[in-house]
Amino acid sequence: MNFARNVLVIAVKDLRAEIRTKEAINASFAFALVILLLFSFAFDPEAETTREISGGLLWIVFAFAGTLVLNRSFARELPNDCLDALIAAPISGAALYLGKALANYVLVLAMELVSLPVFAIFNNVTRPVSQQIWPILLVIALGTWGLTVIGTIFSALTVNIRLREVMLPMLTYPILVPALMGAMLMTSSLVMGKPLAGDNLTWLKMLVGFDLIYTAASLALVEIVLVG
Amino acid sequence: MSAVATERASAVVIEGVWKFYGDFPALRDIQLAADPGSCLALIGRNGAGKTTLLRIVAGFSRPGRGKIKIFGAEPREAETRRKMGFIGHGISVYDELSAFENLKLFARLYGLVDPRKSALEWLERTGLERVRDGLVREFSRGMRQRLAVARAFLHEPSVLLLDEPFTALDDRAIAVLQRLLREALAAGKTIVMSTHQLREALELASHVALLNRGQVAFHGPCTPEMVADPGYVYARYGESS
Repeated sequence: MNFARNVLVIAVKDLRAEIRTKEAINASFAFALVILLLFSFAFDPEAETTREISGGLLWIVFAFAGTLVLNRSFARELPNDCLDALIAAPISGAALYLGKALANYVLVLAMELVSLPVFAIFNNVTRPVSQQIWPILLVIALGTWGLTVIGTIFSALTVNIRLREVMLPMLTYPILVPALMGAMLMTSSLVMGKPLAGDNLTWLKMLVGFDLIYTAASLALVEIVLVG
Repeated sequence: MSAVATERASAVVIEGVWKFYGDFPALRDIQLAADPGSCLALIGRNGAGKTTLLRIVAGFSRPGRGKIKIFGAEPREAETRRKMGFIGHGISVYDELSAFENLKLFARLYGLVDPRKSALEWLERTGLERVRDGLVREFSRGMRQRLAVARAFLHEPSVLLLDEPFTALDDRAIAVLQRLLREALAAGKTIVMSTHQLREALELASHVALLNRGQVAFHGPCTPEMVADPGYVYARYGESS
């Protein structure tokens, strides 16, 4: 009960701070929209191949724009040494981590939910996306959680590094490869009108497994990451 | 007194603590203790290891060797952290939240019964009740420091760990902090503070520990000579002696 309350307190604090400063979310939205616009110039929206690679395009945007949110997660605690106060408080590192991950998840998801219709319009896939909206949202929800748990733990790990903006993507993306690959292939497949069955179901199970394993590993390791 | 008995009697026990940064020993076999109701002033030149030691006592980092006990328990235990208050170099409050929101946040994290009431009470005690809804980023330095003091005292800690508490404080904030520290000592609470402001610190200190290059060069009761001449300990036990 206390654990859940502490998770919620941290998540609400992070969301409130972000809504007031809009540091990460503005950068993330702007970046996502610019990349989507550039992709729409680069690829012919009428071509069948664009549909085939649509999942890849979409998840490249999500991963890059999401990192801008995740980078701020623990960096937000650096001014005024606020991280010290959180570490000194009688809450577990796991509650602190999960609260931050939850806030990041909401912010990254918000960016993605704005980007998805823009992507659909620019790439002329509005109809297939709207027809498969629920399976696509499921893939986005699971893929984003994977991105968030990995990004949040590495945000904690790199918080005291000067080049953390560079280090975070360098550390995060290699570990995210299985999750991103699954999310990309499933999204492309769904946009092409295939159902969430067969290979897609196997990838979905892999994505759920990825999320569970890395959430559990991050919760177990966060105390060591924060205190040593 | 046996080691176990000392651990039980003392509020803070630092036992054979070493800390290494790479191969460099920042702390070397530190042995100190502070009893309930006492105030231990850690003094020493820059780089002597005061902040490193305080951060280990606060549980922010682990010692390379040795152990820390706060009322006989590890610093990282949740119950122990509930008993500790820390003021570090930063004010440890959020610029983008209001004073009231900051204190309510920490009151919730410390599991206080009525976070709202505790936050309002401490805003009043530190003279910030009129700016309770103002964002901290709009506060003057003195107001921010008073809020930092309120945050550290909010949960009525039994052990106060203060890293350079008087540095950069305005007169009013110094007065508020000194009054609160005197009240805390009178209530039997324990204070461990690192400081360069010897005059303010020695007025409160019951014991003094001089750190020199990561080692305890002197540890003993604070004497009238020390209070009268803050440079006395350095002159007698410091590097120049």
